Amino acid sequence: MMPRWGALAAAVLTLGGCAGMEAKPKPAPPIHVNEDPYPSTYQRYPGVLTVIRHATVFDGDGHRYNDGTVVFGDGSIIAIGGPEVPSPAGALEIDGTGKWVTPGIIDVHSHLGDYPSPGTEGNSDGNEATSPARPEVWAEHSVWPQDPGFSRALINGGVTTLQILPGSANLFGGRSVVLKNVPARTTQGMKFPGAPYGLKMACGENPKRVYGSKGNMPATRMGNIALTRATWIKAQAYKRKWDKYYRNGGDMPERDLAMETLMGVLNGKILVHNHCYRADEMAIMIDMSHEFGYKISAFHHAVESYKIADLLAREGICSAMWADWYGFKMESYDGIKENIPFVHNSGACAIVHSDDPNGIQRLNQEAAKALADGRRAGINIPDEVAWEWLSRNPAKALGILDKTGTLAPGKMADVVLWNGDPFSDYSRPQMVWIDGALMYDMNDPKRRPVSDFELGQPGEADTK
Amino acid sequence: MIGRVLAALLAVVAAPAAAETIAITNGIVAKGDGSEPIQGGTVLIRNGRIVAAGTGVRIPAEAQVIDATGKWVTPGIVGGFSRLGLSEVDLSADGSDDTSANGPFSAAIDVVPSINPLASTIAVSRADGVTRALVAPQTGKSIFAGQGAVIDTGADMDPITRPRLFQFVELGEGGAATAGGSRSSAHVLFRNALREAAELAGFARPIAVRRQRSEDVLLTRFDAAALVPVLQGRQYLFVHVERASDILQVLALKREFPSLKLVLVGASEGWTVADRIARAGVPVIASAVNDLPASFEQLAATQSNVGRMRAAGVNVAIGLIDDNDTRYLFEQRQYAGNLVALTRIPGATGVSWGEALAMITSRPAQAIGMGGEIGSLAPGRRADVVIWSGDPLEGSSAAEAVFIDGVRQPLETHQTRLRDRYRYLPRRDLPEAYRH
Repeated sequence: MMPRWGALAAAVLTLGGCAGMEAKPKPAPPIHVNEDPYPSTYQRYPGVLTVIRHATVFDGDGHRYNDGTVVFGDGSIIAIGGPEVPSPAGALEIDGTGKWVTPGIIDVHSHLGDYPSPGTEGNSDGNEATSPARPEVWAEHSVWPQDPGFSRALINGGVTTLQILPGSANLFGGRSVVLKNVPARTTQGMKFPGAPYGLKMACGENPKRVYGSKGNMPATRMGNIALTRATWIKAQAYKRKWDKYYRNGGDMPERDLAMETLMGVLNGKILVHNHCYRADEMAIMIDMSHEFGYKISAFHHAVESYKIADLLAREGICSAMWADWYGFKMESYDGIKENIPFVHNSGACAIVHSDDPNGIQRLNQEAAKALADGRRAGINIPDEVAWEWLSRNPAKALGILDKTGTLAPGKMADVVLWNGDPFSDYSRPQMVWIDGALMYDMNDPKRRPVSDFELGQPGEADTK
Repeated sequence: MIGRVLAALLAVVAAPAAAETIAITNGIVAKGDGSEPIQGGTVLIRNGRIVAAGTGVRIPAEAQVIDATGKWVTPGIVGGFSRLGLSEVDLSADGSDDTSANGPFSAAIDVVPSINPLASTIAVSRADGVTRALVAPQTGKSIFAGQGAVIDTGADMDPITRPRLFQFVELGEGGAATAGGSRSSAHVLFRNALREAAELAGFARPIAVRRQRSEDVLLTRFDAAALVPVLQGRQYLFVHVERASDILQVLALKREFPSLKLVLVGASEGWTVADRIARAGVPVIASAVNDLPASFEQLAATQSNVGRMRAAGVNVAIGLIDDNDTRYLFEQRQYAGNLVALTRIPGATGVSWGEALAMITSRPAQAIGMGGEIGSLAPGRRADVVIWSGDPLEGSSAAEAVFIDGVRQPLETHQTRLRDRYRYLPRRDLPEAYRH
């Protein structure tokens, strides 16, 4: 923040200094570049005033109601509490006895739509692996809204919001997009209204392997860092140019899509999602963020976050992690099953993420495993607090916690009714609402999305 | 760390544990044969074998008694289809990965020399209650991958339970690609390979070079000779196919080659032809919960696949097919639990709890004719036994004690050592590297 205020103060001084000078032809006032040229056209579907009673409710903010009541209507949460919460007149009442209610799960790391099913070459749109710095590409321009994976994440996983990221072949992979998990004909029709953009960055093996194998930079980790810094230096210069233009007007500088995204990060408008496995590399990326004046919202994969959980807590950086993945590449060799609870226990922000079209269907079970492993290591985190890993913390990392991620009144009614304890392998979503609209009902085959791709195919209308 | 693990390992090896009599008492005992769990059960082990499991088991005076009150006791988990022990690290760790097979041989390849019993993946699997695994080689330039084995995960240097138990062949999308771009090509290659094997089968010693083979051969002599036991039904033939029509093509091979002992691997669309698989009496090792049309051979994929095949009378086991098969065997029990969850979803087909456990214990053993040896707590079986903190089909439960052939196993891993090192972060008098 400091550099921005400093720049503003300087602008005021400059203007003051100009006032007394000889009158020059007044420069043309600055024209602001449209920062939302592919705007969300998402509109919530109709819902009915609904009250769920007698369920075990996790509000996503660490609270639990054993005989809980949740009321929602007009797309928003109206009330949450115990049995004393009254049912509004005319509300549809659902008996939640023996069931659980939680905020919808938010997956902060998905490639649905940009690496869709079927995984054919013709559908493979996740990595613009033609240059290690490609901040100019936007994941939303790759997302195929007919990916059948979206429906599985909804009906089996209770996922109501997800961030689609470019892949990690590049140091700068491009912009992410945050989607409501509501089927639409266009990607704009799924875009989460008002969600900030993210920038996918990557350190470690992937960029150096992809480009090093072609004889190009980066071929080493030091190459990764040098090229990333060099790119930020360009972005700072670009930002200075545009700050001056927005201050003084005149001739509009030439736009550069890549630099525009990075300037968005330096201006605090675009959130950094940094693919990084090793503790030592995360520490370097943290220093880099200080060097250039931006904030890392979350480290993704972060299998060694447990080694520097104190640093991550101090820096206020989230870690998006798997419960138990390890060893599938060299930089994931030190994965441990207690990573998530260790990070949480240090006061840092822990998130369960999928990065996988199958894993996204059971993030609740992944959280359950991590929770149990933590307890066996002596870290007793209550279930209702652990749910923060699945909705509140990802919402925070995505900059949408004011809109969703917990069941606080006024927030979007993104709600899952589970047919049992959601931290059990035996439980599944029974009903899922997004913005108060019932998008899935286990007992109603008509409340189950079927993508265009699957129409007329074997098993089309199956339960999946 | 290496020293400590090796020391623990050698201690286990040195102990005359296999000769011991062990009674695990008062647990919730599930035998792995499809039956439901029994409260207050006892499992009695002697000389590395199961003597009895259930209630009313008489405990001999010499038995070492382990109280399992509040715990669950089951046979060890069997990895139904895996590449366990073949790869320490899957990507960018040259030399640690033995899954590729791009050399000149195919069917002749024996997976055994690649298996490293000290692989961290084996230790991690063991620590999660996986005691045996079917390990298949991976195809390279041929549709035939070579011969797979059954291994145990014990902390010793003798991992092989049964070598060269099955031949593995790809006859779906993967096989078509290897064969030059079509399933038709793969099937011709397959038939030709068995024809070449048939010629060698007629020789007194198929490998001996004294007898001249026909001139129009494609396979090396080693590869063709390796297919003789497949042709004669002395070795199982694992066939990976997913698409319904591919499955039927495989079943049809039995008419042409009646001695083949087929096992279908994958079979994501198996539910659509389940009655025909059942009639053919061919067992299936399937992925439990893949429900995405991940490829054009899996358009009908559904989590109900396993349950529907089972309901049609197919013997189904669960394996990791193209699913992190070198390391995540611990996910099998979670998947099995998910199949139980399906019994509560209208329109879906799941399996009972007892059957779900069987699918990761006795069913894979039965698919390869080893049901009398491993995979259940029936008397006479190898004493692969796990004591769990809770219901083993809940991923949140943990293995608290693991026995393989009656020998109690160490559960320490690279991961548990890292966990202990980094449990508390505040700076001390010496760096973290001194905590060991």
